[in-house]
Amino acid sequence: MLVWSRPGRILIWAVFALLFGVLFLAPLAVILLSSLADQWNGVLPSGLTTEHYSDVVQGAAWKAVKASLVTGFLASALALVSGTWAALALRIQDATLARVLGVLFFIPSAVPSVSVGLGLLVAFSHPPLLLNGTIAIVMVAHFVLISAFTFGNVSAGLARLSPDFEQVASSLGARPAYRLWHVTLPLLTPYLVAAFGLSFALSMGELGATVMVYPPGWVTLPVSIFSLTDRGDVFAGAALTMVLVAVTLILLLGLERVAGRQTRS
Amino acid sequence: MADAAVLHAPITRKVPGRFWIVPPAALLALLFFYPLVLIVQQAFTDDSGMANVAEFVRVLHARFFLNALINTITISVAATAGCLIVGLVLGLILAFVPFPGSGVIARLIDTFIALPTFLVTLAFTFLYGSAGMLNAGLMEIFSLQAPPVNFLYSTWGVVLAEVTVYSPFVLRPLLAAFSLVDRGQIEAASVLGARPFRIVRQVILPAAVPALIAGGSLCLLLTVNEFGIVLFIGAKGVITLPLLIYSKAIQESAYQVACIIAVINIALSLGLFGLYRFAAGRLGA
Repeated sequence: MLVWSRPGRILIWAVFALLFGVLFLAPLAVILLSSLADQWNGVLPSGLTTEHYSDVVQGAAWKAVKASLVTGFLASALALVSGTWAALALRIQDATLARVLGVLFFIPSAVPSVSVGLGLLVAFSHPPLLLNGTIAIVMVAHFVLISAFTFGNVSAGLARLSPDFEQVASSLGARPAYRLWHVTLPLLTPYLVAAFGLSFALSMGELGATVMVYPPGWVTLPVSIFSLTDRGDVFAGAALTMVLVAVTLILLLGLERVAGRQTRS
Repeated sequence: MADAAVLHAPITRKVPGRFWIVPPAALLALLFFYPLVLIVQQAFTDDSGMANVAEFVRVLHARFFLNALINTITISVAATAGCLIVGLVLGLILAFVPFPGSGVIARLIDTFIALPTFLVTLAFTFLYGSAGMLNAGLMEIFSLQAPPVNFLYSTWGVVLAEVTVYSPFVLRPLLAAFSLVDRGQIEAASVLGARPFRIVRQVILPAAVPALIAGGSLCLLLTVNEFGIVLFIGAKGVITLPLLIYSKAIQESAYQVACIIAVINIALSLGLFGLYRFAAGRLGA
């Protein structure tokens, strides 16, 4: 405790409440309120309605939820496989090469997402690698952008893993493949689940690359939220944003519980 | 993969498993580095397919590019400064003047990292937009004809939104650093009569500097690359480099100009990425 006097502490907590309220609480509260707003011309909405949600569920929005979930799942699954594979394979390279490759695997997270989308358009708009206009280019864009985060999470997990288990397993005569499947990967599971959850959340909110490459008919949640608000339909946009937030949080909390159970068992 | 992954040899040996790195590296090379190379190539090639820097130089001197560059840097530096201040204030209170429920609040702020950035912009239009709550309230109270608060559609609207979105990225390493500060030292200093401000300056801040540098350089990188916030505010006068790439490529189909701007944006981002790696390396993270 840094501040001992009661008035001092209350003053400091008031500062905290103000900052937290203005920066974090107010935006979330106002999105929730506007998604339920009937008409909003004054300080507060004139009435509440669930109409925007029912519009959203009946309309094209349901397709957007599906597009986002499918994209997020496939891109995260591919990123999980490739990130885990890379992190495991890097352990047996010599130190210098491992460091250089490690940085290369991280670089996609540093490049602006719009440029990733632009690069995909430039590279894959001609045969034989014609992806432009297909759903695959959206998956590829999301995969590239989240792969660095999966790789980073799994590498961090590997670094924290005690080498004892693997050494004991191999001294007991476990073959490498057996050791990987029955010792290393189970120990890594909490990190793999966390990596999958984070990349799924990032993919759900991805806008910059998607808006560059998406084909008509595969409109993800962020893109359809943008086109709604761009048309001036801000209440429907807010309702769809709440759907996005809810789906993301449910996914994250669910995966956290899975990861928690894995570590306990 | 199986054999390679677990051959955790303490001595570097020539094992065939070393080639297991090839599949993920090749995938990344095809899907990320190859398009990156094509962007650079397209930026320096004219219509006839010859190497040419004339267009590159022209864009570099163009008004729209310079404006976007200045906007990007101004927004990024201002937002990073804001993130550092907000992150530091929130972190100090959460770590050293905790209140009932402060752990829950810290986790709530942390979940902002997982939420889409444009959510905040959308919320800000309801709060501070020309027909938003604040303006409606002020116009009602003071019977004004026009909305008095207009900062949202300027650079400052973007800066405030980015501070909200990115200060959790400063808070996270900061709380980790604060958890290592010796509480006994602080209590000893305060028993000896040191005022809180002095304890913060002389005991807590020195321990927080590496986390501030790492969090700050990450914020610089993320704010330079930010797209959703700027797109959603949609102010004519606030164009940043990522938004310019989007509008040149998608709205004007000027792919070469988009590639030239992308080259500069990527170079800027990679420089900041280097800074972040350096800072995070010193932090030991």
